[in-house]
Amino acid sequence: MEIPEALRYTATHEWVREEPDRLITVGVTDHAQDSLGELVFVELPGIGSQVHPGKACAVVESTKAAADVYPPFAGTIVAVNNTLAETPEQVNKDPYGAWLFRLRPAAPPDLSTLLDAAGYRNTIA
Amino acid sequence: MHETPLIAEHRAAGAKMVDFAGWEMPLHYGSQIEEHHAVRRDAGVFDTSHMLAIDVTGPASRPFLRRLLANDVARLQGPGQALYSCMLAEDGGVRDDLIAYFMAEGRFRLVVNAATAQGDLDWLEAQRPAGVALRARRDLAMLAVQGPNALDRMAKALPSLRSAGAGLAKFTAVEIGEMFVARTGYTGEDGVELLMAADQAAHTWRCLVAAGARPCGLGARDTLRLEAGLPLYGQDMDATVTPFECGLAWTVNLTDGREFIGRQALLARPRRFHAAGLVLDTHNGVLRHGQRVTAAPAEGTVTSGSFSPTMRRSIGFARLGAALPPGETVQVAVRGSLLDARVVKPPFVRHGKILV
Repeated sequence: MEIPEALRYTATHEWVREEPDRLITVGVTDHAQDSLGELVFVELPGIGSQVHPGKACAVVESTKAAADVYPPFAGTIVAVNNTLAETPEQVNKDPYGAWLFRLRPAAPPDLSTLLDAAGYRNTIA
Repeated sequence: MHETPLIAEHRAAGAKMVDFAGWEMPLHYGSQIEEHHAVRRDAGVFDTSHMLAIDVTGPASRPFLRRLLANDVARLQGPGQALYSCMLAEDGGVRDDLIAYFMAEGRFRLVVNAATAQGDLDWLEAQRPAGVALRARRDLAMLAVQGPNALDRMAKALPSLRSAGAGLAKFTAVEIGEMFVARTGYTGEDGVELLMAADQAAHTWRCLVAAGARPCGLGARDTLRLEAGLPLYGQDMDATVTPFECGLAWTVNLTDGREFIGRQALLARPRRFHAAGLVLDTHNGVLRHGQRVTAAPAEGTVTSGSFSPTMRRSIGFARLGAALPPGETVQVAVRGSLLDARVVKPPFVRHGKILV
């Protein structure tokens, strides 16, 4: 299972990347897509919506089941990956390329509160 | 966990294996959706060895099955003819659904579901009169080759069956040597189901795959049967409902004066549910087993639901408290939202064509 060292992770199987412009990009992990199976539907938050950790803001649904996606930080959604509406299977093919949404954090984010690759690997072992 | 004679083939092909009714079975071999498309467009091969063939033989086997089954095996006159039927309990509930094949006078073969196989055997044994013998054919393996090119692939893979494939009428079976070949299936496409000695299964499987039949798992089998409007035992019907309550009225023969098990209850029991097909025209959710349908006075539940790879939207079967005509709209509770679903009459897809 691929777990890139450069990314941070959540216990709910999101990957998180801080961009040079300080925006936070979020997707689901290789492990998540593999457990879910082929995705048939992705529901993304509205641009401008306020999101909060612990409150799901997106859904990925496979042939088998649906899973909620949680934002790692409070903030405002500034971009969503609309290409996934027509090609949700991109998440299966390229989980770390097929990002779901980008948010502008409400406060400077502390990425050290998230799991690193080794920590995430332990949670799915 | 039970294993079929093909388990090594599945593992070697990288199948994701799951527990299905106590059997370790392939869910898919990488892509359930591509396997689905292969059957709609070309040909796929399924391991269905978890299902059980039961041979019913002896001079009293026809009257026995006429009492046991809700459909009438008197309709089976020519050798090889097949009949789909429910087997009912005394209260009219569906114990199982099955296909009965008539091979010769005094020789029938039933093919029943995996989860209900032992219960069926016990029931058959309890009802069995003198002059009927039962034999559970756990020594056989079963493969389904399905799709518009299934017969071509079979003829190429298994030249000894070529004549069978070409000449075999739909819903009939023939025995060629040790191979039982039936032009039946559970996908809404043309194809055959093959029964053979367990030790022939791996070789037969490899020949079919080499001839271009794509290995397909239970995931694709489920979406194919759903598109084809075919109910699944344990999900769309079980012992709590009658055939009239799950869309299988067409399989019950009440007009021939025959006293079959469950008949009195079917005549007396009020009908509580009506089966309907549902389509989510908005591409924003997936129907799933157990979701509530809220459309007074037709409240009910989704009994089967999935994503239809052919229609690229979600479809399902529902059990409703009232009959609704096709074209009506109902609401389904999908993950906290009420989504509009359109009522349709299944099948959704047959022979590669969308019908609703």
